[in-house]
Amino acid sequence: MSAKKERKNSKTAINILAYLVLIAGGVAFLYPFVWMISASLKSLEEIAVSGMNLWPGEWRWDNYVKALTSFPFGRYLINTLLTTIFPIIGTVLSCSLVGYAFARFKVKGSGILFLLVLSTMLLPGEVTMIPQFILFKNLGMLDSLYPLIVPAFFGSPFYIFLFRQFYSRLPVGLEEAAIIDGCGYFKIWRVIFLPLSKPALIGVGVMVFMGSWNNFMGPLIYINSDKWKTLTLGLAGFQGTFATSTNLLMAAAVVITLPCIILFFAAQKAFMEGLTFSGSKEN
Amino acid sequence: MNGIIEQIYNMFEMMGMPAALLPLLPFLSIIAVLYVIIFAVARILVKKKIVHIRSASFYLFISPWIIGFLLFTIGPMIFSFYISFTNWEVVSDPKWIGTGNYQMLFKDTMFYKSLAVTFYYTLVSVPLQVVLSLAIALLMNLKLKGIYLFRTIYYLPTLVQGVAQMVLFLWIFNPNVGLVNSILGVFGIEGPTWFSSPDWAMPAVIIMSLWTVGGNMIIYLAGLSDVPTSLYEAAEIDGATTARKVWHVTLPQISPILFFNGVTSMIGAFQTFTQGFLNNGGPDNSLLFYAYYLYQNAFMWFKMGYGSALAWVLFIIILLFTVLVFRGSALWVYYETEQYGGKKRHVRKKRA
Repeated sequence: MSAKKERKNSKTAINILAYLVLIAGGVAFLYPFVWMISASLKSLEEIAVSGMNLWPGEWRWDNYVKALTSFPFGRYLINTLLTTIFPIIGTVLSCSLVGYAFARFKVKGSGILFLLVLSTMLLPGEVTMIPQFILFKNLGMLDSLYPLIVPAFFGSPFYIFLFRQFYSRLPVGLEEAAIIDGCGYFKIWRVIFLPLSKPALIGVGVMVFMGSWNNFMGPLIYINSDKWKTLTLGLAGFQGTFATSTNLLMAAAVVITLPCIILFFAAQKAFMEGLTFSGSKEN
Repeated sequence: MNGIIEQIYNMFEMMGMPAALLPLLPFLSIIAVLYVIIFAVARILVKKKIVHIRSASFYLFISPWIIGFLLFTIGPMIFSFYISFTNWEVVSDPKWIGTGNYQMLFKDTMFYKSLAVTFYYTLVSVPLQVVLSLAIALLMNLKLKGIYLFRTIYYLPTLVQGVAQMVLFLWIFNPNVGLVNSILGVFGIEGPTWFSSPDWAMPAVIIMSLWTVGGNMIIYLAGLSDVPTSLYEAAEIDGATTARKVWHVTLPQISPILFFNGVTSMIGAFQTFTQGFLNNGGPDNSLLFYAYYLYQNAFMWFKMGYGSALAWVLFIIILLFTVLVFRGSALWVYYETEQYGGKKRHVRKKRA
């Protein structure tokens, strides 16, 4: 009996210790985040003297106005949205179709082709970066949003893999009735599989959103003119020209982060599932 | 622009297409023509019973990926391999120089510097990230109350975009008014100048990378919850302490996840770019990350040949490291197949 009690006591002790460590760590993790928001609302003078104090003495909401009017925010936002929404549509459609084919059609060559899909998953983007640039140059697509949109419509190995896994788990009899009814394979995908894969669609959609919204290197390489710049480029340029205006810089950083935070709280489940499914993250 | 593409482009321009669509239209028409041909050929093959309708459908459905693979992956790889043996500054035609670029590479001190910077970052930050995220995940796995709140808090930083992160941490590590040096000041320590110091810029970037371990943590947490409780119960009956349970049950069980995640983190670390770019390579090139040096060569100085050679060297380094890690993994990664002699590894529980 006493051994059991002892064990219970030690368990409580461990739990208390765990709480303390988690709280201390949580403060450390949250602090920079909150500091970013707090600095975005302070005056420059206040930031210089406030040290670790987070609460703004005077709430300077006009920092946001100043930050967003110091570069063509509206234009950049539209460009960012365009390079986010179209890749989501393209990726979801192409990868779901290709994933469906790999999951439900066991024909000659399908196994080896799927291996090929898997093997390109870990390929570093640097190897194809330069020739892709040349390709888009030859296609006359430089300094436009198309290089950031077009590839999404041709599938991406990781999301193909996700959809294939999802469709493989669906019952075998699913399409049989439809085939007897004379339904074509494409229609089966469109009418049965696509609607059934809502969780996967949302999960992949969220991941593509995060990747595209936060994409920096792509726009950096392909876009020169202000007309087509995205928010990440805007923020980087802002850092260059307003390096000393911390408050404005933080305001811009908060604005660019906000949609991701909102999306995270709106689709937390999709986030977590996508993440645990992937076991990898995209930066 | 390519000659044929330009002709199509001009044609559409004369037709009065909107300017914003013009760059897309030539490509779109080529793809459209391609698909007309593909469909026609598929139809004939199926009608003549050379190919079964099932096979034809399969290949039609995966055709977007096949085209994408040829156009954006394997084609560029072959092309990149070719131009790595040429001298090419975009405006002129590529000039074959054999292994010239690779020879130049071995004499290039900046190449060695960028390699050293990238290795420093990868070899220090990736193990730290793995250990830290695993430690947090283990704590969270104690089934404490309010764990959802903690989970959210630790995950939040990963939502901050890379450029915004860098901008934020430049101020957190500000030598005079920054958070880190303020805290150090409380303890009477005069902090270093971080991003302005050749010695301290990299530690600052490494610390910054630890801020976003929340993503890994979630992955480990999911792995931990999949460990069968029967194993813990068995260990408990044998009188195992918490520490021994972690060492003998938890770690072996989640080692495949640790391994896979370690590999992807490593590949990601080798490709670090933003931190180098936004600091212009850092003081004394202390943040001259390989990917940034590659970018400089290819897109600032337009040395496409040399840039491609750099890309291939990076590819080979990553490949070697991955193979090395895979080889080493046999020593510590535990797969259930080994235990049950050929029986299939149990499939993860279905999630509806």
